Amino acid sequence: MTAIRSEIRFILNGEEVRLAEVAPDETLLDYLRLRRSLTGTKEGCAEGDCGACTVLVGRLTPDGLVYESVNSCIRFLGSLDGTHVVTVEHLAPVAGRLHPVQQAMVDFHGSQCGFCTPGFVMSLYALWMQDPKPSDRRIEKALQGNLCRCTGYEAIVRAARAISSYGDANDDPLAAERAEIAGRLNAMRDGARVEIGTGSKRFFIPASVDDLADLLETEPKATIVAGATDVGLWVTKFMREIAPVVFIGHLDELRRTSEKDGVLSIGAGVSYTEAFRLLAGRVPALATLIDRIGGEQVRNMGTIGGNIANGSPIGDTPPPLIALGATLTLRKGRSRRTITLEEFFIDYGKQDRRPGEFVEAVHVPLPAAGSRFAIYKVTKRRDEDITATLGAFNLMLDASGKVEKIRIAYGGMAATPKRAHAVEAAIAGKPWTRETVDAALAEYERDFRPLTDMRASADYRMLASKNLLVRFFLETSGRAAPVQVGRYEAA
Amino acid sequence: MNKHAALDLKSSRIAGGIHTDQRHDSAHKHVTGTAVYIDDMPEPAGTLHGCLGLSTATHATIRSMDLSAVRAAPGVVDVLTAKDIPGENDISPTGRHDEPVLADGKVQFYGQPVFCVIARTREEARRACRLAKIEYDEHPFITDAAEADPKNPKLVTEPLTLKRGDAAATIARAPRRVKGQMRVGGQDHFYLEGQIALAVPGEDRDVTVYSSTQHPSEVQHMVAHVLGVPNHAVTVEIRRMGGGFGGKETQGNQFAALAAVAAKRTGKAVKIRPDRDDDMTATGKRHDFLIDYEAGYDDEGNILGAEFRYAARCGFSADLSGAVTDRALFHCDNAYYYPAVRAVSAPLYTNTVSNTAFRGFGGPQGMVGAERIIDEVAFALGKDPLEIRRRNFYGTDTRNVTPYHQTVEDNIIGRIVDELEKSSDYQRRRRQIAAFNANSDVVKRGIALTPLKFGISFTATQFNQAGALVHVYTDGSVHLNHGGTEMGQGLYVKVAQVVAEEFQIDLDQVKITATTTAKVPNTSATAASSGSDLNGMAAQNAARQIKDRLIDFASETHGVAKDQILFLPNRVRIGNQEIPFVELVKQAYNARVQLSAAGFYKTPKIHWDREKGSGHPFYYFAYGAACAEVSVDTLTGEYMVERADILHETGRSLNRAIDLGQIEGGFIQGMGWLTTEELWWDGKGRLRTHAPSTYKIPLASDRPKIFNVTLADWPEAHEPTIHRSKAVGEPPFMLAMSVLHALSDAVASVADHKVCPCLDAPATPERVLMTIERLRKTRAEH
Ligand code: FES
Ligand code: FES
Repeated sequence: MTAIRSEIRFILNGEEVRLAEVAPDETLLDYLRLRRSLTGTKEGCAEGDCGACTVLVGRLTPDGLVYESVNSCIRFLGSLDGTHVVTVEHLAPVAGRLHPVQQAMVDFHGSQCGFCTPGFVMSLYALWMQDPKPSDRRIEKALQGNLCRCTGYEAIVRAARAISSYGDANDDPLAAERAEIAGRLNAMRDGARVEIGTGSKRFFIPASVDDLADLLETEPKATIVAGATDVGLWVTKFMREIAPVVFIGHLDELRRTSEKDGVLSIGAGVSYTEAFRLLAGRVPALATLIDRIGGEQVRNMGTIGGNIANGSPIGDTPPPLIALGATLTLRKGRSRRTITLEEFFIDYGKQDRRPGEFVEAVHVPLPAAGSRFAIYKVTKRRDEDITATLGAFNLMLDASGKVEKIRIAYGGMAATPKRAHAVEAAIAGKPWTRETVDAALAEYERDFRPLTDMRASADYRMLASKNLLVRFFLETSGRAAPVQVGRYEAA
Repeated sequence: MNKHAALDLKSSRIAGGIHTDQRHDSAHKHVTGTAVYIDDMPEPAGTLHGCLGLSTATHATIRSMDLSAVRAAPGVVDVLTAKDIPGENDISPTGRHDEPVLADGKVQFYGQPVFCVIARTREEARRACRLAKIEYDEHPFITDAAEADPKNPKLVTEPLTLKRGDAAATIARAPRRVKGQMRVGGQDHFYLEGQIALAVPGEDRDVTVYSSTQHPSEVQHMVAHVLGVPNHAVTVEIRRMGGGFGGKETQGNQFAALAAVAAKRTGKAVKIRPDRDDDMTATGKRHDFLIDYEAGYDDEGNILGAEFRYAARCGFSADLSGAVTDRALFHCDNAYYYPAVRAVSAPLYTNTVSNTAFRGFGGPQGMVGAERIIDEVAFALGKDPLEIRRRNFYGTDTRNVTPYHQTVEDNIIGRIVDELEKSSDYQRRRRQIAAFNANSDVVKRGIALTPLKFGISFTATQFNQAGALVHVYTDGSVHLNHGGTEMGQGLYVKVAQVVAEEFQIDLDQVKITATTTAKVPNTSATAASSGSDLNGMAAQNAARQIKDRLIDFASETHGVAKDQILFLPNRVRIGNQEIPFVELVKQAYNARVQLSAAGFYKTPKIHWDREKGSGHPFYYFAYGAACAEVSVDTLTGEYMVERADILHETGRSLNRAIDLGQIEGGFIQGMGWLTTEELWWDGKGRLRTHAPSTYKIPLASDRPKIFNVTLADWPEAHEPTIHRSKAVGEPPFMLAMSVLHALSDAVASVADHKVCPCLDAPATPERVLMTIERLRKTRAEH
């Protein structure tokens, strides 16, 4: 029998906090600003898109204590059990000057109205601790989740480049006190399940995955919250009742990955940031895609499992995973079943997930040697934008240059992430030539009837989607001229 | 120890005078999170929170409104509807009485405030809002300028006509002609700090309102008007905004007025801070325009005559649309001379939120029309658009009269463009790009260099006045207050520099204080780039009055001629003797010399006759130019800004560091307007881009890969402005036209530059790809 605890415990800046009064949908931002009068952290959007609310959360991982930037506006307070929350108020002056990140921002005129600034400071703080001498590319990536309407960013990037000339990241209190904080966090781990609240105000933090499975058997209607990058908005924007809630973001067991027989198994709780590290060497196209999902804060919170489980037609990971032929393990109680990812998506807002069941892992066959695999995401704004159309292509040619196998899947083109079966059929077995591709373009209308919305018109979605196949062909047929615009490639 | 004892009494220069790089006065507070915005202020005990109930119909009569569930919801203390407004239910800033605080009987756009819930917490107020049951009888509506009756459209305010010469006849006679239509989108301000007001009730009829506003005086007047009390009962204060950009010139009125009404009704402080989605839904934006243009020109590319019609989506009420559409006309010339011209505005009524001020105030929309004509002429003649631009620039002694009959007296656009052409290596890069494009079928590059001339002054002459209040305390420290507001643009520090310079004391001796209607009355909005021009002059005037009194006093008591009294850094030379500034101040105090002064300034030389379309509406012009290079993916329309070079002038800059920030930030904001920022209404008249998840302003990774920004060091204001500096707030925004035209240039390459792309804005990847498709088809047909 698992022990039950009825309070959450975490460290806020220097202070240990124990809270028994926590609503399941209370956000960290509201807690900081309303309950603690820590007003340095700002609200700009309450939906995880502007970064004004950025704070750091330190959590124990198998690799030690890791600090990551997160959006406090959509991060639920309850999910912070066992972590170290660091706000802008915690940055201390060094030798009579402001903290290096802050002093650099001041000296390089990185603030104008100043409202976005604490958020930028926190994002840059996280970056500086991970990479004290970052490249411009790394700086831009770290700032994808921070909007500034005043400066045009140039001054902020100048400041970011200079931070290390103001101090050594190793001397920073968060680095110097790492062992001590880790010790304190470890001491909080009592292996108990947390249960707080009654009636419609209940939430749970299961002690383990087995405990989660048990819990969902008794609470089959519970909202499962991992990174809250989606559910957070149900609360802040739609004011939906989400209780009872089960938080699973802390479960290390769900963050495990393994590889066997060319299949990579990724735990449902693996964040985008972790997946990026994992995939960078294995499936570079997927890693590159992950860089364009949300901003850094969202990637630190959002999970692969969440991206799949919520069934969004514009989730970015399902199409490439479908193109790779991924499967899914669903667990209910002690029983598990494995289905293809394609089967999981039944219709808009409808997935093959039964009450009490949860996504445990996704299994991704790595692209076979000699195959070509590409993902193209098209958006209005390059970074931190939601897909207008996204195409994933997995191609294997035989020795004669004919198409032995092709799998194509799109996002943003239908009510669910969807295979392009008719297009595939028009290509399979044919020589991989422009003629084949041109002929296959006519099949798109059979596979897709996209919608017009604020992100793109149906016509554009269709045309751009077809052109992505053309792009794939051009990229796989060896040519010198560039096929895409890029920010970082040599001009 | 007394702080000023540490002042340097030997130095030849004060710390922080004019023409020096100074940090934003709040920079250290911004980075530490200690700069206080209204939502960060400690709330008075018992503060209540408001939330607006927004209409869910686009154009309708309210058949019934059942708010019983709202009233019964947990935490709800009060619910306001139109009938609860004690004074006038109107916040029209121009006195047209066309903008209710709360809809009365009918709603005219989707998202119009209909009622206001006051509850113990913000969350309770938000939740309660959703329980309203309102039934509507819906009427037909128009949301888009293109749907308006072209012959006899419904307007929200009087249109303007500018004319010089007989444009129609000139065009008809011209060897060549072009005619077309351009669409340019609107823009949400996306100030990072949303709208907010906190009203604290006082005794009698008094109320103090902390409002995130660029125009405290107007908020004061509106609150008084809505409460039905004299202006003297209302005090409005604002220390800083988290961004304004024009979006807090009039749009804060609604929140301030409702907070004040609720505060007086409940006797409690009331705060209203709308959620971002409600803010974007219920507050006005930059006007989008439909521009009809026609021009006549010769074989060389000289424009002989031009005609324009600027039709704007104004929304359901006038707000500032009259002045905005006027300013569009004032900039239909950009930097170009039209021998004959006629421009008319059409401020259209639409069932959308009432559009408002936004950096440039119609000027940017006016200019893109001029630049479109340049493009059309260049393509028709097969010439570099830069050549056509240069050919049509205003002259200095001739060809120097604007469509509104003001003579351009300070023209420096030729030199600016020449210098930028060289420093950006425009000609060589243009050739390189042609070579690149010849060998690249999918990715195409484009380049453009666009000029900018922007008129400085409020076109409503009476707004060109300002007040300031300066106190010198007996310890030599100075309290500074003026009517200008701080929204991040660095106005406070610039004006403080002016005062420090005047007294010759270090900048940190000057305390910058929150803008409040109780200290300086009847102020104008901090807008039209006028902040430092007006308030700098007013503060200088106040400081000079005190200084003159000090000089008179020193002259009398020391028996020294006035011209022998000199303010040196932190000290004063009186004849042969030097005494610390503070000493003189103390002596003056003891001798009962008044050490406080109210300063005033009004801009000279300007006048404007709207009926005749003629006058001298602008005190001077600001100039700049930008060169942008882009790469475009012709399969998807995605693009990248490879490089931008800017040469901009702010006269003799008061503070180059601040000005550079304005230029960089303005350019990126302008780029957003012309590229990824798209406002999208659905078939029901609902704006669907009302949050950063759907409305995409530029990110750090959208900056030009190479970004060279230079502040020209040679210009100085032609007029006696504050230390010969020039305004910087708005003009750089329009430098971003270079990006639109570089995209256009890249797109044109798919048809060998034979067809003018007529690329509309915002040039989203979708619009770029669709334009490419159109060009490919046109090319194939010929
Ligand atoms: S407030 Fe905008 S991301 Fe949190
Ligand atoms: S400084 Fe104003 S939003 Fe960044």
